[in-house]
Amino acid sequence: MSNTLILQDTVSPGINDVHHEHVHHETFISKYVFSQDHKMIAKQFLITGMIWAIIGGLFSVLFRLQLGYPDSTFPFLEDLLGHWAKGGKLQPEFYYALVTMHGTILVFFVLTAGLSGTFANFLIPLQIGARDMASPLLNMLSYWFFFLSSIIMFSSLFVQTGPASGGWTIYPPLSALGDASSGSKIGMDLWLVSMAMFIISSLLGGLNYISTILNLRTKGMSMTRLPLSIWALFFTAVLGVLSFPVLLSGAILLLFDRNLGTSFFLSDIVIAGKILPNEGGSAILFQHLFWFLGHPEVYIILLPAMGMSSEIISVNSRKPIFGYMAMVGSLFAIAILAFLVWAHHMFVTGLNPFLGAFFVLLTLLIAVPSAIKVFNWLTTLWRANIRFTPAMLFAIGFVSMFISGGLTGIFLGNSALDIHLHDTYFVVAHFHIVMGVASFFGMFAGVYHWFPKMYGRYLNNTLGYIHFWVSIIGAYLIFWPMHYEGLAGMPRRYYDFSMWESFKMFAGLNQFISFISMIVFVVQLLFVFNFFYSIFKGRKVTSLNPWGSNTLEWTTPIRPGHGNWPGEIPEVHRGAYDYGKDGREFISQVEPVGENESAH
Amino acid sequence: MTEILLIAIVLMIFVVIFQIAKASEYVSVLKGEEKSRKQNNKINAFMLISFLVLGLAGVWWCNDLYYGKTLFPQGAASDHGEKIDLMLYITIGVTGVVFLITQVLLFWFSFKYQENDNRKAYYFPHNTKLELIWTTVPAIFLTVLVVFGLKYWFKMTGEAPKDSVIVEVTGHQFGWEFRYPGTDKILGKKNYKLTKGANSLGVDFSDPASLDDLHVNVTMHLPVGKPVKLVINAQDVLHDVGLPHFRLKMDAVPGIPTTMWFTPLYTTEQMKAKTGNPNFTYEISCDQMCGKGHFSMRGMIIVESEEDYNKWIASQQPEYFTIFPDKKPKSPTDPIADTTNKQVKLAAILPTVK
Repeated sequence: MSNTLILQDTVSPGINDVHHEHVHHETFISKYVFSQDHKMIAKQFLITGMIWAIIGGLFSVLFRLQLGYPDSTFPFLEDLLGHWAKGGKLQPEFYYALVTMHGTILVFFVLTAGLSGTFANFLIPLQIGARDMASPLLNMLSYWFFFLSSIIMFSSLFVQTGPASGGWTIYPPLSALGDASSGSKIGMDLWLVSMAMFIISSLLGGLNYISTILNLRTKGMSMTRLPLSIWALFFTAVLGVLSFPVLLSGAILLLFDRNLGTSFFLSDIVIAGKILPNEGGSAILFQHLFWFLGHPEVYIILLPAMGMSSEIISVNSRKPIFGYMAMVGSLFAIAILAFLVWAHHMFVTGLNPFLGAFFVLLTLLIAVPSAIKVFNWLTTLWRANIRFTPAMLFAIGFVSMFISGGLTGIFLGNSALDIHLHDTYFVVAHFHIVMGVASFFGMFAGVYHWFPKMYGRYLNNTLGYIHFWVSIIGAYLIFWPMHYEGLAGMPRRYYDFSMWESFKMFAGLNQFISFISMIVFVVQLLFVFNFFYSIFKGRKVTSLNPWGSNTLEWTTPIRPGHGNWPGEIPEVHRGAYDYGKDGREFISQVEPVGENESAH
Repeated sequence: MTEILLIAIVLMIFVVIFQIAKASEYVSVLKGEEKSRKQNNKINAFMLISFLVLGLAGVWWCNDLYYGKTLFPQGAASDHGEKIDLMLYITIGVTGVVFLITQVLLFWFSFKYQENDNRKAYYFPHNTKLELIWTTVPAIFLTVLVVFGLKYWFKMTGEAPKDSVIVEVTGHQFGWEFRYPGTDKILGKKNYKLTKGANSLGVDFSDPASLDDLHVNVTMHLPVGKPVKLVINAQDVLHDVGLPHFRLKMDAVPGIPTTMWFTPLYTTEQMKAKTGNPNFTYEISCDQMCGKGHFSMRGMIIVESEEDYNKWIASQQPEYFTIFPDKKPKSPTDPIADTTNKQVKLAAILPTVK
């Protein structure tokens, strides 16, 4: 079982020596800016992600203002946004730009880079027992490509014709033709270039995560002894490496269609009175390319949250995670199925019904590994001895959200029902709960749990509790009623419903949702404040292992330097989940198996 | 001014919350961290179980408030829609039970097994039998849902009946246009390169079948109780024909026509009575993001008795004559009005279309 680790023995001492020399000539630039220390890169990802989350969240508040109060004007908007909010009212074009950027930012910049960028970087070397990533240089470049991508996307907010406004899914021809929308002018080119940079960043990161997990595990750390957080991050990286390049190809073809006169996605188009010469392309082809990434992307966002929640639930239940192998197996099954279900986003595009049937079957199949995971989490809680740290509460919140949002997936994956529910608020509610809120909760759980390891200080607990309770109550208040709007067929991405006989009765509800979303947004700022305040002023961590956890990161010093362990990397003798075994509260992975110890 | 005040209030609340949080940290140090941790644990466990109870009550209340506003109480207005509603109820039933069980267990376990010095966590790493149960049971339920779903899916996406009324729907930024095939029941050919001026759909008038086609904007008329087949096109970007009352939806894609068929079950007047809403309208919403006017891309359908429908059809003038008024026949018996007669010598009257 542990024979796969020979490589590690020869590699780690070498790295160890190198780092000991380096520690002494660190400058500000090499320590905080162009750092190759995985922990610093993780923090860079996290903080950049948080800045993006504030921007993306603020955008949602702005467009919810329009949705909730379509008849009101807000003069301060005009001061802030100029001609985009003439007379204090968001212009439709800008409303759509906000919706588009909200989706893009949250999906890619926050929940992909901010989530797996942070925790893959932070946890992989620490939990598998490695000095650093397989290639610290590529790792650093991964962050800086993400930074470059961020800068380009951010600059698109300031071009005169506005940022991309065709929805985060950027379906052509809308996104391909400058005449179709002002957001499809230079803003769209910037979006595509930014995304290309983002994909490079994600590939550099992903390849690094995979090779690190496969090659740099410490002695005794067989694959079956890995914490579930690492398994989840591993599958996440595999998904990213195999699917992001497909989006890159789609983005490049779209750039060609936009700028070089090709017709990959264009055919038979008359726009703004002009008859375009493009013939023979297929707008649907783009959707296949997009969703071949787009669907795995959902799991790229969700799996790290699943893995970290599993870890945190087990630690704070003081019980082994129930069915470790089933948890790994279900992660694997989800990762495989993630590649085989993309066309369930396209049931109403005129897809061949026979082909659609396969996608229905494979989509609903995902419910089986998901059910295994949920029941395993529940069984882990059964007869546990639970400590409600803010991290644990967010992990429980994650499970609750995953259940609520996962079940509505059964509606949408069934093509006949999707005919009615497609692109309505039912979909908005579904994916916000299952991949938005659930993943955010997983991310918060991770931040609260590993903050002491990151900064050697604790986050303020009371603020953590307030953050959790307002967030979970608010999230349900915002998204639960949206299901009803969706069942009534209310379409998403509408700027104003007041002219629609079928949808205008939800005006009051929309106002309520907007109001709650503002409160929830403000409370997220409380978390941001807690985060930055605690970095400098938080209560200091005094014990090596504050949560009583088995995993390797808690065998490092309270504030580990570059290289993580000052001496030898500890050897691992057991799996990560020996909690409550033989009457002992927890048994660290580094403790050898005792002679009288019971087997599993 | 109000904004500044609002921001000031929010900031103040912020500061107050922060001070309380800071103070609670000091208090916990004074009280003993272990003790205050246990107290927090109790409070949060209680909050979790309260959240479950209040949450479930909230779900009930929300349902009470909004179920009436979904379209279900009034029923679907098409045959396919009725099947979709039935499936929705079944799926809501199945997932509702699972939702209830899992959420109750999640919060109840959290409450019941909160930290307690007198209890040790039970070491229970795995149990193959249990895991097999919750692999197979969901699989069985899902099989049922898939079988149901696919049966309806194939029915709905299958061929439309031969006697269907055919209507061509064209979406463009930001409106809908409709074309009826006229007496010959054949839609004339189109070529997007012919789109110019009054010929806004690019109809190819060199095709004899196009001469009797009707072209109407915004409002589509349909007869009740007869199958309808929509042939869907887009001129510029993607659109989507969304028919919430019929529970149907189909994308409009430039260059790739799509189809959808259904049978309307109630006339607009009947629906007005059924819903008690004198303003009831069958609306066509665009359900695929199409640009700044997406939200205003509204079409309407009037479903009427076959008699009224035929009257309406008869009152419409073929598009050919609205575009070329000089070609309009002087008497109704003129052979041009009936293009089913393919032998008619058309060449003489055809305009040269480039």
